[in-house]
Parts: sequence; structure tokens; C-alpha cells
Amino acid sequence: MNINLTLIGQSIAFAVFVTFCMKVVWPPIMAALDERKKKIADGLAEAERGLKQQELAEQGAEKKLAEAKQQASDILSQAQKRANEIVEDAKSVAVEEGNRIKEAAHAEVEKEVNRAKEQLRTQVSTIAVAGAERILKKEINADAHQDILDDLATQI
Amino acid sequence: MAGEITSSEYIQHHLTNWTYGKHPDGHWGFAHSAQEATEMGFWAIHVDSMLWSIFLGSLFLLIFRKASKNMTSGVPSGLQNFVEWIVDFVNENVRGSFSAKNDLIAPMALTIFVWVFLMNLMDLVPVDWIPHLAGIIGHAVFGVDPHHVYFKIVPTTDPNITFGMAFAIFALMLYYGIKIKGPGGFFGELAFQPFGKWGMPANLLLEGISLISKPVSLALRLFGNLYAGEMIFILIALLYSGGIVWGTIGGFLQLGWAIFHILIILLQAFIFMVLTIVYLDMAHQEHH
Repeated sequence: MNINLTLIGQSIAFAVFVTFCMKVVWPPIMAALDERKKKIADGLAEAERGLKQQELAEQGAEKKLAEAKQQASDILSQAQKRANEIVEDAKSVAVEEGNRIKEAAHAEVEKEVNRAKEQLRTQVSTIAVAGAERILKKEINADAHQDILDDLATQI
Repeated sequence: MAGEITSSEYIQHHLTNWTYGKHPDGHWGFAHSAQEATEMGFWAIHVDSMLWSIFLGSLFLLIFRKASKNMTSGVPSGLQNFVEWIVDFVNENVRGSFSAKNDLIAPMALTIFVWVFLMNLMDLVPVDWIPHLAGIIGHAVFGVDPHHVYFKIVPTTDPNITFGMAFAIFALMLYYGIKIKGPGGFFGELAFQPFGKWGMPANLLLEGISLISKPVSLALRLFGNLYAGEMIFILIALLYSGGIVWGTIGGFLQLGWAIFHILIILLQAFIFMVLTIVYLDMAHQEHH
């Protein structure tokens, strides 16, 4: 238990080891630890941000879905309305057309009747003239006369 | 193992360092007995203490250097994980106790903690293994009487080692104390408190003692704990020469003391580190 040069030797060794540790060993370890700390912090922040974004996206999707539903029902009701309109239009057009056809048919019938009447008139007068002619020609033949009359009568 | 030597000779043998120094007659050489080692005075060096101290310090730096070279900020490997665990622990302590900014403190705390721990750890190696081996080698290779081969393997049971570190730390305390506070501030702290400037002699005495007591207590605490611990191991080892019953008791005692001693060696390394940090923090602070 003598105090001797070992004291100084150990002091020197201590100084050398501490210096070596400070210059060579410590800085890389600390740098790596700090870097890892930063990485972890960044990662956590990133995760937080991602979560927030997801939430936002979900909200956006919900809103879009609601909008789409609204639009679909709008389109549906519009289509319904348009269909009704088309049916109504078609109905009125059909009725008009029917009326027009009916009227045309009435006019045709009347025209036909008038023409028949005209024809009849001309024929009656012709028959009357022919009858008179025959009567005048064969006054003496009573029988013949009778025949003509009969014939006339049948002709009417 | 004690052989033909007596118990006190056995203990004495275990407490003597392998010393190289200047003999009283002027020539340099190894001491062949405790007597000769004492007669060498200051001009001698404990070869075993220095050897183990430097070997363990280099081992520490080698392992940590290897880890720090392959350091990655990604997933750490086994060694890196272990090193990071220790570095983090030390760094936490430095940050907790040391308020100023100084890049020297944390690496120094790490060095002290691991190095002192490794030196203390040698205490757990059964006390006869390595000295006995050294005796055999000394006898076979150098032809020396094995009883004159001294080989202490726990550097921290050598007061030179603990005082060597404590004085280096004391020098740093003085250096930073004067650097941060200025020579006037440093002297003022010693002279003008706690009794004001009229009590200067008393102040100087009190503060001077408190200043000197820091490195002394730092060194003696570590030395005392480890020396006492080793002494108990040596006493337990003596039981082995007392027959099978005493030997069995000694085995259990050694096991029990070794388990308890794990706590002590770790605690003493930790205390040495923490006190170093605290003392240097005090040197960095301007109190008044």
C-alpha cells in the first residue's frame, strides 16, 4: 500500500482513455442516438399526419356520396316529370289527329251524298224525258201505252 | 494453497503488488518482498495494477470503439444495443446532474463508469486463480520463487489507482473552477464564505478542507470498499486450507459474498461516476 509512481501512471492512463473516449468513441454513438430520436419523432409526426389525412378523406368521401345520392334522385324525378310530359303531349296530339280524321270522313260522306243526289236528279230528268218521248210516239197502242207506264213505274 | 506459509504470510502475499522500482542501493529492479517494495519509496511502479488497469481500459475502449464504428440509427445489433444502453444510462445521469455545457463530462463519466466497473469486476475472480497462475509462470519461465511473485489483479484495491483518477478529476475541478469563475471568483469562493470577508482565515480553512476532501474521499471510498471486499475474499480463501468442512463452508461464504459483491462493485463504479459529475458541476457553477 505504498504511494508511488503508479499514481502518476494511472493519472496519465486516465487522461489518455478519457481523451480517446471523448474524441473517438462518444461522438458516433451520440450522433446515431440523436439521429434515431429524430427518425422516431419524424415517424410519429408522419403517422399523425396520415391519420388526419385519412379522416379528411373519409369526410370528403361521405360528402361526395351524399351529393351523388342527391343528384341521382334529382335526375330520377326530372326523368319522371319529362316522361309524364311526353305522355300528355302524345295524348293531346292523338286526340287532335282523331278529330281531324273524323271531320275529314264526315266531309267525304257529305260530298258523296251530294254527288249521288246530283246524279239521281240528272237521271230522273232523263228518264222523264225518255218516258214522255215514248208516250208521244205510241199513243195509239193502249196496251203499249200501258207497258211503257209500267216500265216507267218500275224504273223509278 | 497456503502450503507451508502461515496465514498472515498468505494474506500479506495477496496484499503486495508486483513492484518495479529503484532499490535503496540505487539500481532498478523488481521487489522480491513487501519489505523491499516499501523501501523503494515513491520511485516504484505497481506493474500488476498498471497492467490490469490499462488492459481493462483498453478492453472497454476496444469494445465501445467497435460498437461506435458500426453505429447505425436503424435497428441496433446486440453489441450496439448493449453499448447504447450504457451510454444512454450515463448520458441520463450527466444530463440530470450537470447543468453547464461541457463535451468532456459525458465521455469522461462513461469512461469512469465502465472502466472502474471492469476493474472492480476483477474482484470476483477467485483470489488465488490468477496470482497462483502468475506464480507458476514466474517460476517456470523466469525461475523466480513463486512466493516472491506478487500479482494483484484488482487495480481498484490499489490506492495509487483510485488516487490517480481522483487527482486527475481534482485537476479538472481546479481547471474548470478557475476557467469559469476566473481566478478571483475561484479564490473568492474559498475565502469569502461562509463567514463573509472578515472570517477569511476560517473560511479558507473550512473551504480548503472541503475542497481537498472531495478527491480524497472519492479515492478512499472506492479503494476502501474494494480493499475490504478483497480482504474478505482472502479470509474466506483461508478457510480452504482448513479441511473439507471449513472448505465447504468457505465455498458457500465465497458464493454469498461474491453475489453481494456484484452489487458493491457496480454501486461503487456508479458512485465514482456520479460524484465526478457532481464535483465538476460544482466547479462550473457560480454560487453567489
